Amino acid sequence: MLILGIECTAHTFGCGIANSKGEILANVNSEYIPTSGGIHPREAARHHASVAASVICDALKAAGKNIEEIDGFAVSLGPGLGPCLRVGATAARALSLYYNKPLIPVNHCVAHIEIARLMCKIDDPLVVYISGGNTIISAFSDGKYRVFGETLDIALGNCLDTFARYVGLPHPGGPHIEKLALKGSNYINLPYVVKGQDMSFSGLLTMAIRKFKDGAMLEDICFSLQETAFSMVCEVTERALVHTGKDAILLTGGVAANRRLRVMMESIAKDHGVVFKAVPVEYARDNGAMIAWTGVLSLLHNVTIPVDESFIRPRWRLDAVDIPWRMNKHEVNKEGC
Amino acid sequence: MKLIKKGAEAELYLINWFGYKAIKKVRVSKNYRIQSLDNFLRNYRTLNEAKMLINVKRINIPVPTVFDVILEEFSIVMEFIDGKLLKDLIPQLDDEMLDEIFTNLGCIVGRLHENGFFHGDLTTSNVILVDKNIFLIDFGLGGVSQEIEAFGVDVHLMLRALESTHHEISQKCFEYFKNGYSSTFSKSKEVFSKVLEIRRRGRYVVERRVKATINSFCI
Repeated sequence: MLILGIECTAHTFGCGIANSKGEILANVNSEYIPTSGGIHPREAARHHASVAASVICDALKAAGKNIEEIDGFAVSLGPGLGPCLRVGATAARALSLYYNKPLIPVNHCVAHIEIARLMCKIDDPLVVYISGGNTIISAFSDGKYRVFGETLDIALGNCLDTFARYVGLPHPGGPHIEKLALKGSNYINLPYVVKGQDMSFSGLLTMAIRKFKDGAMLEDICFSLQETAFSMVCEVTERALVHTGKDAILLTGGVAANRRLRVMMESIAKDHGVVFKAVPVEYARDNGAMIAWTGVLSLLHNVTIPVDESFIRPRWRLDAVDIPWRMNKHEVNKEGC
Repeated sequence: MKLIKKGAEAELYLINWFGYKAIKKVRVSKNYRIQSLDNFLRNYRTLNEAKMLINVKRINIPVPTVFDVILEEFSIVMEFIDGKLLKDLIPQLDDEMLDEIFTNLGCIVGRLHENGFFHGDLTTSNVILVDKNIFLIDFGLGGVSQEIEAFGVDVHLMLRALESTHHEISQKCFEYFKNGYSSTFSKSKEVFSKVLEIRRRGRYVVERRVKATINSFCI
Protein backbone atom coordinates (compact mmCIF):
# COMPACT_ATOMS: atom_id res chain seq x y z
CA MET A 1 0.00 0.00 0.00
CA LEU A 2 1.29 3.43 -0.95
CA ILE A 3 -0.07 6.60 0.64
CA LEU A 4 0.66 10.21 -0.22
CA GLY A 5 0.26 12.56 2.74
CA ILE A 6 -0.15 16.32 2.73
CA GLU A 7 0.78 18.42 5.75
CA CYS A 8 -0.57 21.94 5.71
CA THR A 9 -1.53 23.19 9.17
CA ALA A 10 0.69 26.21 9.77
CA HIS A 11 4.05 27.33 8.32
CA THR A 12 4.93 24.18 6.37
CA PHE A 13 3.49 22.70 3.23
CA GLY A 14 4.79 19.17 3.12
CA CYS A 15 4.26 16.08 1.06
CA GLY A 16 5.36 12.62 2.11
CA ILE A 17 4.97 9.14 0.67
CA ALA A 18 4.93 6.05 2.86
CA ASN A 19 4.17 2.38 2.37
CA SER A 20 2.66 -0.21 4.68
CA LYS A 21 6.10 -1.58 5.60
CA GLY A 22 6.74 1.66 7.45
CA GLU A 23 9.20 2.95 4.84
CA ILE A 24 9.24 6.66 4.12
CA LEU A 25 9.86 6.98 0.38
CA ALA A 26 9.68 10.75 0.21
CA ASN A 27 9.50 13.71 2.57
CA VAL A 28 9.51 17.07 0.79
CA ASN A 29 8.67 20.20 2.75
CA SER A 30 8.49 23.88 1.99
CA GLU A 31 8.37 26.33 4.84
CA TYR A 32 6.80 29.76 4.74
CA ILE A 33 9.18 32.23 6.36
CA PRO A 34 7.58 35.57 7.20
CA THR A 35 9.59 38.62 6.09
CA SER A 36 8.71 40.27 9.38
CA GLY A 37 6.60 39.41 12.41
CA GLY A 38 4.93 36.08 12.96
CA ILE A 39 2.95 33.77 10.69
CA HIS A 40 0.25 35.66 8.86
CA PRO A 41 -2.34 32.96 8.11
CA ARG A 42 -3.36 34.41 4.77
CA GLU A 43 0.23 34.95 3.61
CA ALA A 44 1.13 31.41 4.72
CA ALA A 45 -1.84 30.03 2.79
CA ARG A 46 -0.74 31.99 -0.29
CA HIS A 47 2.74 30.47 -0.02
CA HIS A 48 1.29 26.96 0.36
CA ALA A 49 -0.96 27.37 -2.67
CA SER A 50 1.96 28.54 -4.79
CA VAL A 51 4.26 25.64 -3.87
CA ALA A 52 1.67 22.85 -3.53
CA ALA A 53 1.96 21.41 -7.04
CA SER A 54 5.75 21.45 -7.18
CA VAL A 55 6.15 19.96 -3.69
CA ILE A 56 3.80 17.09 -4.57
CA CYS A 57 5.63 16.48 -7.89
CA ASP A 58 9.01 16.57 -6.13
CA ALA A 59 7.82 14.03 -3.58
CA LEU A 60 6.61 11.65 -6.30
CA LYS A 61 9.92 12.10 -8.11
CA ALA A 62 11.93 11.46 -4.95
CA ALA A 63 9.95 8.28 -4.30
CA GLY A 64 10.31 7.23 -7.93
CA LYS A 65 6.59 6.60 -8.13
CA ASN A 66 3.85 7.48 -10.53
CA ILE A 67 0.79 9.15 -9.06
CA GLU A 68 -1.42 6.32 -10.40
CA GLU A 69 0.36 3.95 -8.02
CA ILE A 70 -0.86 5.85 -4.95
CA ASP A 71 -3.59 4.00 -3.01
CA GLY A 72 -4.91 6.90 -0.98
CA PHE A 73 -4.44 10.56 -0.17
CA ALA A 74 -4.04 11.58 3.46
CA VAL A 75 -4.34 15.15 4.64
CA SER A 76 -4.03 16.93 7.97
CA LEU A 77 -7.50 18.40 8.52
CA GLY A 78 -6.52 19.98 11.84
CA PRO A 79 -5.71 21.37 14.30
CA GLY A 80 -4.19 24.43 12.70
CA LEU A 81 -4.76 27.73 10.96
CA GLY A 82 -7.95 27.78 8.90
CA PRO A 83 -6.61 29.39 5.70
CA CYS A 84 -3.63 26.99 5.62
CA LEU A 85 -5.75 23.91 6.34
CA ARG A 86 -8.03 24.84 3.46
CA VAL A 87 -5.15 24.78 0.96
CA GLY A 88 -4.00 21.31 1.96
CA ALA A 89 -7.56 19.98 2.09
CA THR A 90 -8.35 21.38 -1.35
CA ALA A 91 -5.26 19.75 -2.87
CA ALA A 92 -6.01 16.38 -1.26
CA ARG A 93 -9.70 16.44 -2.19
CA ALA A 94 -8.85 17.22 -5.81
CA LEU A 95 -6.32 14.37 -6.01
CA SER A 96 -8.72 11.97 -4.34
CA LEU A 97 -11.56 12.80 -6.73
CA TYR A 98 -9.45 12.90 -9.88
CA TYR A 99 -7.65 9.61 -9.26
CA ASN A 100 -10.66 8.05 -7.55
CA LYS A 101 -8.74 6.97 -4.45
CA PRO A 102 -9.85 7.30 -0.82
CA LEU A 103 -9.34 10.50 1.10
CA ILE A 104 -7.91 9.92 4.61
CA PRO A 105 -8.40 12.44 7.42
CA VAL A 106 -5.38 12.78 9.70
CA ASN A 107 -5.07 14.66 12.97
CA HIS A 108 -1.82 16.62 12.95
CA CYS A 109 -1.00 15.76 16.60
CA VAL A 110 -1.69 12.05 16.10
CA ALA A 111 0.65 12.15 13.09
CA HIS A 112 3.45 13.64 15.19
CA ILE A 113 3.06 10.80 17.68
CA GLU A 114 2.86 8.04 15.07
CA ILE A 115 5.96 9.15 13.14
CA ALA A 116 7.79 9.46 16.47
CA ARG A 117 6.89 5.88 17.40
CA LEU A 118 7.94 4.66 13.97
CA MET A 119 11.27 6.51 13.85
CA CYS A 120 12.31 5.71 17.42
CA LYS A 121 10.93 2.15 17.37
CA ILE A 122 9.18 2.60 20.69
CA ASP A 123 5.79 1.01 21.01
CA ASP A 124 4.09 2.66 23.95
CA PRO A 125 5.80 5.84 25.12
CA LEU A 126 4.82 8.94 27.01
CA VAL A 127 4.96 11.55 24.26
CA VAL A 128 6.12 15.09 24.94
CA TYR A 129 5.11 17.16 21.93
CA ILE A 130 6.42 20.71 22.02
CA SER A 131 6.28 23.05 19.05
CA GLY A 132 5.27 26.53 18.05
CA GLY A 133 1.61 25.56 18.11
CA ASN A 134 1.32 22.78 20.66
CA THR A 135 2.57 21.82 24.11
CA ILE A 136 1.09 18.44 24.95
CA ILE A 137 2.07 15.56 27.20
CA SER A 138 0.17 12.52 26.03
CA ALA A 139 0.02 8.76 26.37
CA PHE A 140 -2.13 6.03 24.89
CA SER A 141 -4.86 4.64 27.08
CA ASP A 142 -8.19 3.03 26.44
CA GLY A 143 -8.38 3.59 22.69
CA LYS A 144 -7.18 7.18 22.51
CA TYR A 145 -4.16 9.37 23.01
CA ARG A 146 -5.10 10.96 26.31
CA VAL A 147 -3.79 14.37 27.23
CA PHE A 148 -2.04 14.33 30.60
CA GLY A 149 -0.95 17.93 30.53
CA GLU A 150 -1.04 20.82 28.11
CA THR A 151 -0.69 24.55 27.89
CA LEU A 152 -3.59 26.66 29.04
CA ASP A 153 -2.70 29.53 26.73
CA ILE A 154 0.21 29.86 24.27
CA ALA A 155 2.53 27.06 23.20
CA LEU A 156 6.09 26.91 24.52
CA GLY A 157 7.57 27.41 21.04
CA ASN A 158 5.30 30.37 20.53
CA CYS A 159 6.54 31.88 23.79
CA LEU A 160 10.18 31.53 22.69
CA ASP A 161 9.53 32.80 19.15
CA THR A 162 7.54 35.82 20.29
CA PHE A 163 10.21 36.76 22.81
CA ALA A 164 12.93 36.37 20.15
CA ARG A 165 11.01 38.58 17.78
CA TYR A 166 10.49 41.21 20.44
CA VAL A 167 14.20 41.46 21.26
CA GLY A 168 15.15 41.51 17.59
CA LEU A 169 16.51 37.98 17.07
CA PRO A 170 16.01 36.60 13.55
CA HIS A 171 13.44 33.94 12.66
CA PRO A 172 13.27 31.17 13.84
CA GLY A 173 13.94 32.41 17.35
CA GLY A 174 14.34 29.12 19.24
CA PRO A 175 17.89 28.22 18.12
CA HIS A 176 19.10 31.81 18.71
CA ILE A 177 17.71 31.80 22.25
CA GLU A 178 19.40 28.45 22.83
CA LYS A 179 22.76 29.85 21.72
CA LEU A 180 22.45 32.99 23.85
CA ALA A 181 21.28 30.97 26.85
CA LEU A 182 24.60 29.12 26.87
CA LYS A 183 26.32 32.41 27.67
CA GLY A 184 23.92 33.33 30.47
CA SER A 185 24.37 32.10 34.02
CA ASN A 186 22.46 34.43 36.35
CA TYR A 187 19.02 33.06 36.95
CA ILE A 188 16.36 35.78 36.96
CA ASN A 189 13.15 34.86 38.75
CA LEU A 190 10.34 34.42 36.23
CA PRO A 191 6.77 33.23 36.78
CA TYR A 192 6.67 29.44 37.08
CA VAL A 193 3.04 28.48 36.45
CA VAL A 194 1.91 24.87 36.82
CA LYS A 195 -1.77 24.40 37.58
CA GLY A 196 -2.40 20.78 38.41
CA GLN A 197 -1.15 19.09 35.25
CA ASP A 198 -1.35 22.12 32.98
CA MET A 199 1.07 24.92 32.21
CA SER A 200 0.76 28.57 31.33
CA PHE A 201 3.42 30.47 29.38
CA SER A 202 1.79 33.83 28.70
CA GLY A 203 2.83 35.42 31.99
CA LEU A 204 6.34 34.10 31.51
CA LEU A 205 6.54 35.80 28.11
CA THR A 206 5.26 39.13 29.46
CA MET A 207 7.72 39.04 32.36
CA ALA A 208 10.69 38.11 30.14
CA ILE A 209 9.90 41.06 27.87
CA ARG A 210 9.59 43.34 30.90
CA LYS A 211 12.99 42.22 32.20
CA PHE A 212 14.47 43.01 28.77
CA LYS A 213 12.92 46.49 28.84
CA ASP A 214 14.34 46.98 32.33
CA GLY A 215 17.80 46.38 30.94
CA ALA A 216 18.66 42.88 32.14
CA MET A 217 21.32 41.05 30.11
CA LEU A 218 19.72 39.31 27.12
CA GLU A 219 21.88 36.22 27.71
CA ASP A 220 20.60 35.93 31.27
CA ILE A 221 16.98 36.35 30.24
CA CYS A 222 17.32 33.70 27.52
CA PHE A 223 18.91 31.38 30.06
CA SER A 224 16.19 32.02 32.64
CA LEU A 225 13.39 31.82 30.10
CA GLN A 226 14.56 28.41 28.88
CA GLU A 227 15.20 27.06 32.37
CA THR A 228 11.80 28.17 33.67
CA ALA A 229 9.73 27.04 30.69
CA PHE A 230 11.54 23.70 30.33
CA SER A 231 11.37 22.99 34.07
CA MET A 232 7.61 23.45 33.93
CA VAL A 233 7.31 20.95 31.08
CA CYS A 234 9.65 18.55 32.87
CA GLU A 235 7.66 18.67 36.10
CA VAL A 236 4.43 17.83 34.29
CA THR A 237 6.21 15.16 32.24
CA GLU A 238 7.60 13.49 35.33
CA ARG A 239 4.21 13.45 37.01
CA ALA A 240 2.56 12.01 33.91
CA LEU A 241 5.31 9.38 33.74
CA VAL A 242 4.70 8.26 37.32
CA HIS A 243 0.94 8.37 36.81
CA THR A 244 0.85 6.37 33.57
CA GLY A 245 3.75 4.03 34.30
CA LYS A 246 4.97 4.13 30.68
CA ASP A 247 8.51 2.85 30.08
CA ALA A 248 9.74 5.48 27.63
CA ILE A 249 9.72 9.23 27.03
CA LEU A 250 9.57 10.41 23.42
CA LEU A 251 10.30 14.05 22.66
CA THR A 252 8.93 15.50 19.44
CA GLY A 253 7.87 18.78 17.81
CA GLY A 254 10.07 21.65 16.64
CA VAL A 255 11.39 22.43 20.12
CA ALA A 256 12.70 18.82 20.40
CA ALA A 257 15.80 20.10 18.61
CA ASN A 258 16.78 22.08 21.73
CA ARG A 259 19.76 20.39 23.38
CA ARG A 260 19.06 21.75 26.84
CA LEU A 261 15.52 20.34 26.80
CA ARG A 262 16.88 16.97 25.66
CA VAL A 263 19.36 16.88 28.52
CA MET A 264 16.60 17.68 31.02
CA MET A 265 14.26 15.02 29.67
CA GLU A 266 17.08 12.50 29.63
CA SER A 267 17.72 13.21 33.29
CA ILE A 268 14.08 12.42 34.15
CA ALA A 269 14.27 9.21 32.15
CA LYS A 270 17.43 8.19 33.99
CA ASP A 271 15.90 8.90 37.41
CA HIS A 272 12.95 6.65 36.63
CA GLY A 273 14.85 4.00 34.71
CA VAL A 274 13.00 4.51 31.44
CA VAL A 275 14.16 4.99 27.86
CA PHE A 276 14.50 8.47 26.41
CA LYS A 277 14.45 9.21 22.69
CA ALA A 278 14.16 12.43 20.72
CA VAL A 279 12.75 12.24 17.23
CA PRO A 280 15.20 13.16 14.42
CA VAL A 281 14.70 16.84 13.60
CA GLU A 282 13.53 16.12 10.05
CA TYR A 283 10.56 14.20 11.43
CA ALA A 284 10.10 16.23 14.63
CA ARG A 285 9.15 19.40 12.75
CA ASP A 286 5.97 19.58 10.72
CA ASN A 287 6.44 17.29 7.73
CA GLY A 288 4.52 15.42 5.06
CA ALA A 289 5.94 12.00 5.91
CA MET A 290 4.12 11.85 9.23
CA ILE A 291 0.79 12.47 7.53
CA ALA A 292 1.53 9.79 4.93
CA TRP A 293 2.51 7.22 7.59
CA THR A 294 -0.56 7.95 9.72
CA GLY A 295 -2.57 7.70 6.52
CA VAL A 296 -1.21 4.19 6.00
CA LEU A 297 -2.25 3.16 9.52
CA SER A 298 -5.67 4.75 9.05
CA LEU A 299 -6.41 3.17 5.68
CA LEU A 300 -5.36 -0.25 6.99
CA HIS A 301 -8.19 0.21 9.50
CA ASN A 302 -10.61 1.67 6.98
CA VAL A 303 -10.51 5.21 8.33
CA THR A 304 -11.49 7.32 5.34
CA ILE A 305 -13.74 10.31 4.79
CA PRO A 306 -16.11 11.15 1.91
CA VAL A 307 -14.95 14.30 0.12
CA ASP A 308 -18.19 16.15 0.81
CA GLU A 309 -17.75 15.63 4.55
CA SER A 310 -14.07 16.49 4.68
CA PHE A 311 -14.41 19.79 6.50
CA ILE A 312 -11.29 21.25 8.02
CA ARG A 313 -11.15 21.11 11.83
CA PRO A 314 -9.03 23.98 13.16
CA ARG A 315 -9.71 22.95 16.78
CA TRP A 316 -9.53 19.18 16.40
CA ARG A 317 -8.31 17.87 19.74
CA LEU A 318 -5.80 15.02 19.97
CA ASP A 319 -7.89 13.18 22.55
CA ALA A 320 -10.98 13.23 20.33
CA VAL A 321 -9.48 10.80 17.81
CA ASP A 322 -10.04 7.03 17.94
CA ILE A 323 -6.86 5.04 17.37
CA PRO A 324 -8.09 1.69 15.97
CA TRP A 325 -4.60 0.45 15.05
CA ARG A 326 -3.64 0.24 18.71
CA MET A 327 -6.89 -1.16 20.06
CA ASN A 328 -5.97 -4.84 20.06
CA LYS A 329 -2.49 -4.60 21.39
CA HIS A 330 -3.33 -2.61 24.47
CA GLU A 331 -6.31 -3.77 26.39
CA VAL A 332 -8.30 -1.29 28.44
CA ASN A 333 -6.00 -0.19 31.19
CA LYS A 334 -7.94 1.46 33.98
CA GLU A 335 -4.86 2.03 36.11
CA GLY A 336 -3.01 4.03 33.54
CA CYS A 337 -5.71 6.15 32.03
CA MET B 1 12.69 5.04 58.05
CA LYS B 2 10.76 3.07 55.49
CA LEU B 3 10.09 4.40 52.00
CA ILE B 4 6.40 3.81 51.30
CA LYS B 5 5.86 5.92 48.20
CA LYS B 6 7.99 7.54 45.55
CA GLY B 7 5.93 10.19 43.83
CA ALA B 8 7.03 12.53 41.09
CA GLU B 9 7.73 15.37 43.45
CA ALA B 10 8.35 13.85 46.85
CA GLU B 11 9.27 10.70 48.69
CA LEU B 12 7.12 9.48 51.57
CA TYR B 13 8.68 7.68 54.51
CA LEU B 14 6.91 5.94 57.35
CA ILE B 15 8.63 6.93 60.59
CA ASN B 16 8.20 6.76 64.31
CA TRP B 17 7.85 10.28 65.68
CA PHE B 18 8.08 10.21 69.46
CA GLY B 19 5.80 7.19 69.57
CA TYR B 20 3.44 8.36 66.82
CA LYS B 21 3.22 6.67 63.47
CA ALA B 22 4.11 9.50 61.13
CA ILE B 23 4.80 10.29 57.50
CA LYS B 24 7.86 12.21 56.48
CA LYS B 25 7.35 13.87 53.15
CA VAL B 26 10.63 14.89 51.56
CA ARG B 27 10.67 17.04 48.44
CA VAL B 28 13.61 15.63 46.54
CA SER B 29 16.03 17.58 44.38
CA LYS B 30 15.50 17.30 40.65
CA ASN B 31 18.60 16.89 38.54
CA TYR B 32 16.94 18.37 35.50
CA ARG B 33 16.52 21.86 36.88
CA ILE B 34 19.15 24.38 37.90
CA GLN B 35 19.89 24.60 41.58
CA SER B 36 18.47 28.04 42.30
CA LEU B 37 15.11 27.18 40.74
CA ASP B 38 15.16 23.76 42.36
CA ASN B 39 15.79 25.18 45.82
CA PHE B 40 13.25 27.94 45.34
CA LEU B 41 10.46 25.56 44.33
CA ARG B 42 11.19 22.97 47.02
CA ASN B 43 11.49 25.58 49.72
CA TYR B 44 8.37 27.45 48.64
CA ARG B 45 6.20 24.37 48.31
CA THR B 46 7.34 22.77 51.57
CA LEU B 47 6.68 25.93 53.51
CA ASN B 48 3.44 26.58 51.66
CA GLU B 49 2.13 23.08 52.23
CA ALA B 50 2.90 23.19 55.95
CA LYS B 51 1.21 26.57 56.32
CA MET B 52 -1.82 25.43 54.36
CA LEU B 53 -2.19 22.22 56.38
CA ILE B 54 -2.03 24.13 59.63
CA ASN B 55 -4.40 26.89 58.50
CA VAL B 56 -7.08 24.65 57.02
CA LYS B 57 -6.92 22.38 60.05
CA ARG B 58 -8.09 25.40 62.08
CA ILE B 59 -11.33 25.54 60.11
CA ASN B 60 -11.83 21.81 60.57
CA ILE B 61 -10.93 20.64 57.08
CA PRO B 62 -9.85 17.01 57.53
CA VAL B 63 -6.11 16.98 56.78
CA PRO B 64 -3.15 15.25 58.41
CA THR B 65 -1.81 17.08 61.46
CA VAL B 66 1.60 18.65 60.94
CA PHE B 67 4.13 17.54 63.56
CA ASP B 68 7.28 19.17 62.29
CA VAL B 69 8.80 21.06 59.38
CA ILE B 70 12.48 20.64 58.58
CA LEU B 71 13.19 23.26 55.93
CA GLU B 72 16.87 22.35 55.58
CA GLU B 73 15.87 19.01 54.11
CA PHE B 74 12.65 20.27 52.54
CA SER B 75 10.54 17.90 54.59
CA ILE B 76 7.31 17.86 56.59
CA VAL B 77 6.55 15.33 59.29
CA MET B 78 2.84 14.70 59.56
CA GLU B 79 0.22 12.35 60.91
CA PHE B 80 0.03 9.00 59.11
CA ILE B 81 -3.44 8.48 57.64
CA ASP B 82 -4.00 4.75 57.27
CA GLY B 83 -6.44 4.70 54.38
CA LYS B 84 -6.70 4.30 50.65
CA LEU B 85 -6.59 6.76 47.76
CA LEU B 86 -10.04 7.66 46.41
CA LYS B 87 -8.67 7.06 42.91
CA ASP B 88 -7.96 3.41 43.70
CA LEU B 89 -11.23 2.84 45.57
CA ILE B 90 -13.62 4.23 42.97
CA PRO B 91 -13.90 1.03 40.87
CA GLN B 92 -15.13 -0.88 43.95
CA LEU B 93 -17.73 1.61 45.10
CA ASP B 94 -21.45 1.22 44.41
CA ASP B 95 -23.73 4.09 43.52
CA GLU B 96 -24.89 4.74 47.06
CA MET B 97 -21.32 4.97 48.33
CA LEU B 98 -20.27 7.21 45.44
CA ASP B 99 -23.17 9.53 46.27
CA GLU B 100 -22.22 9.70 49.92
CA ILE B 101 -18.51 10.17 49.34
CA PHE B 102 -18.67 12.71 46.53
CA THR B 103 -21.40 14.75 48.23
CA ASN B 104 -19.27 14.81 51.35
CA LEU B 105 -16.16 15.69 49.34
CA GLY B 106 -18.11 18.53 47.72
CA CYS B 107 -19.11 19.80 51.17
CA ILE B 108 -15.51 19.79 52.37
CA VAL B 109 -14.14 21.54 49.28
CA GLY B 110 -17.01 24.06 49.49
CA ARG B 111 -16.06 24.81 53.08
CA LEU B 112 -12.41 25.16 52.10
CA HIS B 113 -13.38 27.70 49.42
CA GLU B 114 -15.91 29.49 51.64
CA ASN B 115 -12.96 30.28 53.91
CA GLY B 116 -10.87 31.62 51.05
CA PHE B 117 -8.49 28.66 50.61
CA PHE B 118 -7.85 26.73 47.42
CA HIS B 119 -6.07 23.41 46.98
CA GLY B 120 -4.34 23.87 43.62
CA ASP B 121 -4.11 20.20 42.67
CA LEU B 122 -7.48 18.76 43.58
CA THR B 123 -7.68 15.27 42.05
CA THR B 124 -8.91 11.88 43.17
CA SER B 125 -5.24 10.97 43.85
CA ASN B 126 -5.11 13.61 46.57
CA VAL B 127 -8.08 12.36 48.57
CA ILE B 128 -7.61 9.60 51.17
CA LEU B 129 -10.49 7.56 52.51
CA VAL B 130 -10.48 5.84 55.89
CA ASP B 131 -13.71 3.86 55.74
CA LYS B 132 -16.06 6.71 54.80
CA ASN B 133 -13.98 9.48 56.29
CA ILE B 134 -12.33 11.83 53.84
CA PHE B 135 -8.88 13.40 54.19
CA LEU B 136 -7.38 15.92 51.79
CA ILE B 137 -3.63 15.81 51.18
CA ASP B 138 -0.93 17.46 49.03
CA PHE B 139 -1.44 21.18 49.56
CA GLY B 140 1.89 22.21 48.00
CA LEU B 141 0.21 24.18 45.22
CA GLY B 142 -2.53 25.61 47.45
CA GLY B 143 -3.08 29.13 48.63
CA VAL B 144 -5.43 31.88 49.69
CA SER B 145 -7.48 33.83 47.19
CA GLN B 146 -10.30 36.33 46.94
CA GLU B 147 -10.90 35.49 43.29
CA ILE B 148 -13.34 32.99 41.84
CA GLU B 149 -10.65 31.87 39.34
CA ALA B 150 -8.64 29.87 41.89
CA PHE B 151 -11.76 28.05 43.13
CA GLY B 152 -12.84 27.42 39.57
CA VAL B 153 -9.46 25.81 38.83
CA ASP B 154 -9.95 23.44 41.79
CA VAL B 155 -13.37 22.33 40.58
CA HIS B 156 -12.11 22.11 36.99
CA LEU B 157 -9.19 19.89 38.06
CA MET B 158 -11.54 17.56 39.95
CA LEU B 159 -13.82 17.33 36.92
CA ARG B 160 -10.87 16.64 34.65
CA ALA B 161 -9.49 13.98 36.95
CA LEU B 162 -12.89 12.29 36.93
CA GLU B 163 -13.15 12.51 33.15
CA SER B 164 -9.68 11.21 32.37
CA THR B 165 -9.40 8.47 34.99
CA HIS B 166 -12.97 7.39 35.73
CA HIS B 167 -14.83 8.45 32.59
CA GLU B 168 -17.77 6.01 32.84
CA ILE B 169 -18.98 7.47 36.11
CA SER B 170 -17.57 10.98 35.89
CA GLN B 171 -20.85 12.75 35.21
CA LYS B 172 -22.64 11.07 38.09
CA CYS B 173 -19.85 11.71 40.56
CA PHE B 174 -19.56 15.31 39.52
CA GLU B 175 -23.29 15.80 40.11
CA TYR B 176 -22.91 14.49 43.66
CA PHE B 177 -19.86 16.68 44.15
CA LYS B 178 -21.81 19.74 42.99
CA ASN B 179 -24.67 19.00 45.40
CA GLY B 180 -22.33 18.99 48.36
CA TYR B 181 -20.32 21.94 47.08
CA SER B 182 -23.39 24.15 46.60
CA SER B 183 -24.57 23.41 50.13
CA THR B 184 -21.44 24.83 51.77
CA PHE B 185 -20.15 27.52 49.39
CA SER B 186 -22.24 30.63 48.90
CA LYS B 187 -20.63 31.51 45.55
CA SER B 188 -20.92 28.05 44.04
CA LYS B 189 -22.97 29.27 41.05
CA GLU B 190 -20.28 31.76 40.08
CA VAL B 191 -17.69 29.01 40.39
CA PHE B 192 -19.61 26.67 38.07
CA SER B 193 -19.84 29.30 35.36
CA LYS B 194 -16.12 30.01 35.90
CA VAL B 195 -15.42 26.32 35.29
CA LEU B 196 -17.19 26.62 31.95
CA GLU B 197 -15.05 29.62 31.10
CA ILE B 198 -11.85 27.81 32.09
CA ARG B 199 -12.77 24.86 29.90
CA ARG B 200 -13.51 27.09 26.96
CA ARG B 201 -10.18 28.81 27.42
CA GLY B 202 -8.38 25.52 26.74
CA ARG B 203 -6.72 24.91 23.42
CA TYR B 204 -8.80 23.52 20.58
CA VAL B 205 -11.90 23.18 22.67
CA VAL B 206 -14.94 22.63 20.51
CA GLU B 207 -17.18 24.33 23.06
CA ARG B 208 -15.21 27.54 22.62
CA ARG B 209 -17.04 28.22 19.38
CA VAL B 210 -20.45 27.41 20.69
CA LYS B 211 -22.04 30.00 22.91
CA ALA B 212 -22.32 27.51 25.69
CA THR B 213 -25.08 27.90 28.20
CA ILE B 214 -24.84 26.52 31.68
CA ASN B 215 -26.79 23.44 30.64
CA SER B 216 -25.08 22.75 27.34
CA PHE B 217 -22.65 20.21 28.71
CA CYS B 218 -22.45 18.38 31.96
CA ILE B 219 -22.38 21.40 34.24
